[in-house]
Amino acid sequence: MDTLLYLTRRIAQALVVILIVTVVVFGLLHALPGGPARGILGPQATPQQITLFNHDQGLDRPLPVQYLYYLRQLLHGDLGTSYTLNEAVSQLIEQRLPKTLVLTVLSAVVGLLLALPLGMWQAVRRNKPADYVITTLSFVAYSTPVYFLGLVLVMVFTQVVRWFPSQAPQGDTVAQVFADPVALVLPVVTGAASMVAVFSRYMRAATLENLSEDYVRTARAGGSRQRAILFRHVFRNSLTPVIAMLGYYVPVLFGGALVVEQLFNYPGMGLLFWSAAQSSDYPVLLGCVLVISVATVVGTLLADVVQRVVDPRVKGGLA
Amino acid sequence: MSVQSAGRWGLVAQFPAPLKARFARNKLAVAGLLVVILFFLFCFLGPLLYSTDQTHTDLTQVNLSPSGAHWLGTDAVGHDELGRLMYGGKVSLLVGLAAGVLATVIGTLWGSIAGYAGGWVDAVMMRVVDAGIAIPALFILLVVSAITTPGVPGLIVILGLVSWLVPSRLVRAETLTLKRRDYVLTLRAIGGSHGRAIARHILPNSVSTIVVAATFQVADAILLVAYVSYLGLGVQPPATDWGGMLSAGLTAAYSGRWWLIVPPGLAIILVVCAFNAIGDGLRDAFDVKGRG
Repeated sequence: MDTLLYLTRRIAQALVVILIVTVVVFGLLHALPGGPARGILGPQATPQQITLFNHDQGLDRPLPVQYLYYLRQLLHGDLGTSYTLNEAVSQLIEQRLPKTLVLTVLSAVVGLLLALPLGMWQAVRRNKPADYVITTLSFVAYSTPVYFLGLVLVMVFTQVVRWFPSQAPQGDTVAQVFADPVALVLPVVTGAASMVAVFSRYMRAATLENLSEDYVRTARAGGSRQRAILFRHVFRNSLTPVIAMLGYYVPVLFGGALVVEQLFNYPGMGLLFWSAAQSSDYPVLLGCVLVISVATVVGTLLADVVQRVVDPRVKGGLA
Repeated sequence: MSVQSAGRWGLVAQFPAPLKARFARNKLAVAGLLVVILFFLFCFLGPLLYSTDQTHTDLTQVNLSPSGAHWLGTDAVGHDELGRLMYGGKVSLLVGLAAGVLATVIGTLWGSIAGYAGGWVDAVMMRVVDAGIAIPALFILLVVSAITTPGVPGLIVILGLVSWLVPSRLVRAETLTLKRRDYVLTLRAIGGSHGRAIARHILPNSVSTIVVAATFQVADAILLVAYVSYLGLGVQPPATDWGGMLSAGLTAAYSGRWWLIVPPGLAIILVVCAFNAIGDGLRDAFDVKGRG
């Protein structure tokens, strides 16, 4: 199939998926107690006030009409109003999301910087002791809950040796976060650990695959040295598909951020979500779910497309 | 050609070694099976040998370090930690197993129907799966926990309902190839119903894919329930599970009470690793494609 056709079909699919997600989120919002009236008028509103509000806002109309209204609001960036924080959900997310992105991007960069060389080294030393040791370690890291690793790190680095503080940098702006780099160490390391485990596996597999390709044999036969082949050809060819896997990893990154932010009291979107879960603040919860779901769909789409462009042999991807 | 030469030339190799033998060759998988059996014995028979009170708090016995009387010390409300490890393990193992199996059953039904029906039914059903995968399970679980406080049966159902998506994709892929097989076409030609084709041919022939998926599903479910409980939204006290035991972990970490953190954490890692190892072993023994 020609690339343009594939792109169009794949984007259309992604839009359908996002639409289904909005139906689910809309359905949940409506099944929940309270509704937007309670969010905006507060818990002391009288039933008359609520009826009047519902009528004004069109909330007494049939559900499909309301769904279309909800969609229109979404397109205008309106995610509703928080029950407890008396602020628009979109505004809350706008404040918190950049900080979560700082944390996840830093974790991803640190994770990749460790995982890529590790995976390549494993591929070169395939089936030797080093390969087995790293494979076992990544197996264990994959099965370790993020918060358990965080707790152990807190115990070791704030109690046994006092190298790092146990709280992530506080403050409202991204600049304030960067002003305290030492406090970022434990949260970033905690977030990066499972990345190292997963992406060293991908890199190992990609490197092995490339090492068995004809062009490597040709280069060897032409007298190129192993090191030159490895870095000039194999590394470059393995890099793009492995980095594209990041697209599939978006939901895991957000899940990790949720736990890391809760553990280290880092005021990002994860902590916002967790506090909203504690106080049953449904508009905030579902607003976050919507943002994360869209990010996941876009990530998957990008990963599929990149893989196809890089390697025309890949057909269809996950779809 | 004699029988011996047939063997030498690899004709006998067409009859692979029995499944059990191939599984047994995978040392990691056998170790995994052993770990799982030991943990079941520990959690379900352990309390008979090491009996502790896990329902009443005892404020005269809080935060004790490990000793002869309390092998793993006590927690902040005076529960014996080793006993609690058994008590919480029951919930972790039961919920993980049941939710993993439930997710596999739902996924198998959904995937086989989508794959068998094909066309627009398949397209719609699989877009629903895409949408489900786009909403990360941990987040949807926390939303549900904010609405209601689930008990153990509720937790199993909810976990099953959010994690059937990956098995459904695997079974659908399997069904797509199986439904073109001669025996399925023959059954249809002689008037067998669609339901019969799925029940008698598609599902029995997908059993290896399904079993492998179920094993990984159990590992994931144990991890997932540990996350939800850790975040304080799983089973409620006095009941607990390994994740719940860690929900007060930060206080314990600050005061250096490692015995409240390390045992439940290691238990989770060991059991999840073990189920993953069993899944790997089964996948190699069945020779099916699955999670890499």
